[in-house]
Amino acid sequence: MSNRKIRVLLAKPGLDGHDRGARVIARCFRDAGFEVIYTGCHQTPEMIAAVALQEDVDVVGLSCLSGAHNYLFPQVAKLLQDKGANDITVIGGGIIPEKDMAGLYEAGIKEIFTPGATLDSLVEWINNNVNPKE
Amino acid sequence: MFTEELLDKSSLMRKKWEDEVKKVIAKNADQKERWSTVSDLEIKRIYGPEDIKDMDFARDIAYPGQFPYLRGNQATGYRGKYWTFRMFSGMGTAVETNKRWHYLLTTGQTGLSTAFDFPTLMGYNTDSPKAKGECGKCGVAIDTIDDFRDLIKGIPLDKITTSMTINPPATALWAMYCASAEQQGIPLSKIGGTIQNDMLKEFIAQKTLMCPPEPSVKLISDTIEFGTQYVPKWNTISISGYHIREAGATAVQELAFTLRDGMEYVEDAIRRKGLHVDQFAPRLSFFFNAHIDFFEEIAKLRAARRIWAKAMRERYNSQDPRSWWMRFHTQTAGCSLTAQQPYNNVVRTAVEALAAVLGGTQSLHTNSLDEVLCLPSDHAVQIALRTQQLIAEETGVCNTIDPLAGSYFVEALTNEMEEKAWEYIHKIDDMGGMVAAIDKGFPQMEISDAAYKFQQQIDAQEKIMIGVNKYIEEDETVDIPFLEIDDSVEAEQLERLAAVKRKRDGRKLAECLKDLGNACKKGDNVMPYCIEAVKNYATVQEICDVYREVYGEYRDPGIY
Repeated sequence: MSNRKIRVLLAKPGLDGHDRGARVIARCFRDAGFEVIYTGCHQTPEMIAAVALQEDVDVVGLSCLSGAHNYLFPQVAKLLQDKGANDITVIGGGIIPEKDMAGLYEAGIKEIFTPGATLDSLVEWINNNVNPKE
Repeated sequence: MFTEELLDKSSLMRKKWEDEVKKVIAKNADQKERWSTVSDLEIKRIYGPEDIKDMDFARDIAYPGQFPYLRGNQATGYRGKYWTFRMFSGMGTAVETNKRWHYLLTTGQTGLSTAFDFPTLMGYNTDSPKAKGECGKCGVAIDTIDDFRDLIKGIPLDKITTSMTINPPATALWAMYCASAEQQGIPLSKIGGTIQNDMLKEFIAQKTLMCPPEPSVKLISDTIEFGTQYVPKWNTISISGYHIREAGATAVQELAFTLRDGMEYVEDAIRRKGLHVDQFAPRLSFFFNAHIDFFEEIAKLRAARRIWAKAMRERYNSQDPRSWWMRFHTQTAGCSLTAQQPYNNVVRTAVEALAAVLGGTQSLHTNSLDEVLCLPSDHAVQIALRTQQLIAEETGVCNTIDPLAGSYFVEALTNEMEEKAWEYIHKIDDMGGMVAAIDKGFPQMEISDAAYKFQQQIDAQEKIMIGVNKYIEEDETVDIPFLEIDDSVEAEQLERLAAVKRKRDGRKLAECLKDLGNACKKGDNVMPYCIEAVKNYATVQEICDVYREVYGEYRDPGIY
């Protein structure tokens, strides 16, 4: 078993500035004992993938409320896959319509959290689905 | 407010009532121990004369149209004129949004309000790599004056006022409006409207960012100065608490940070432009949130008017009563709406709109029930607009002005909001002003604290959101018709932009942009140069790139 804490990169891809959710989750994850890196608004998928690799994170959490998730989320997943970072779990949240979910899962997004998800349910999901790297 | 005799009597009666309460709760405990507003401000079981005994009617309450304007700016209240029914809208291309606007004007809406898409809001063109996937998604895409002309086609600019929710590129969009009006033969002195143009709240909350705070405030002072000289009916800024609240602030934080932002702009225009406060202050406008906690919102709006009147008269020695008036638009709280059981949102919005009206708003947007899920459908927008019309014309709340004045509770809560807001304002003064406070991350962290606390309270069911943490319907299917912006909008807009780029005079444009850059470097007012540039088909991004180059680019520090 690894003693390392779970490292999470929280990122807001695209031009969306609705960061309330991302910041609340950053605090919650920190309080849950994860190591949190939050890079702020307006990150390109390239920037997010680069930070994820550089910081050797276990999870990338993407937040988007602008409607551009269908392009941005898969793009991050693809860039990570292209770099061979298949061990990084990518999850997402925001205003994501039900009908977009299948496409996002197919693109490699492991879970999507929408408004109403409790903080505990997020922490629990990470603890159940992510093992920190050695 | 009261005689000693009455207060003595009240005190005895209160004691008796308290004893009775103790007896009752010994047998039947209250449903919960602590009762508080949505902002977690503790509320007492009852309020009485002793809670407002230090108030002076003439000094603190007075009549509408009288200092400190607690009860409204206008002597006639809503009898002369209801608030402006101003619904925020915009999607896809300019042509589509224009169609929606014409429809809205046929439904009894009395003012227009523009939602721009993210690339436009952030000062990027549709053909920027950063804009990919965003075109037209949550507002209308505007790249050049050609789009702008399509947007306002057939709208009588001298009769209908238009509000534009635009911040970093406000100078560019306002320049397009001014240039289009001129081309229609309408003098700048006749056009009225609003640009949001409030950058401080962007750093604090909304995060549409371009340049650092200091030059951002400079650009705003440019617009204030230009408006004062040439466009006297325009509101060159809408100092906004809405987004601060949506980001998770409490009502007091919304009130305090918004008003302190306003003071920062006043101080900059006086210092940088050498203007007298009364030359420009009558055109400052504000924008607040109407959240779900009914009385807290009413108290907040009433307190806002009183704080501003005092600040203008006492802090800035303003002599003109029009400068003392706080004029504001209100929008019901998007963050109070739920994706679950979305038809409940109609009820939430109605309660919030009623609070805004009882708080004396001059203009109102009511959210549509589906806004938490997607762009609002025509039907949902119609219900939201009808909510306002129903409040205005059926409920009777407009019969009399400020009907809650004199309520022990409402006055006490109004006083409390004001006191707590001043504490924040003085704290920010001590930090050296709002720009300095933002540099320290102070308002950002205060809001983060409040947002996190609220979410924890929701998770613990200390605060209730129906359908989210109480009265949940398992296996709910949401049968809301979904309005979506097709990806073909992006292709269409790219083609429109390419066509403009082909037809314009590149040399003339380059000169205009160079002149704009020089004006920035010299500290001259950018507005005349912006107008010239947009007439020569400068794009929103080309203008913003000049600012970014001269003033530098600001990146979200990601404070949480």
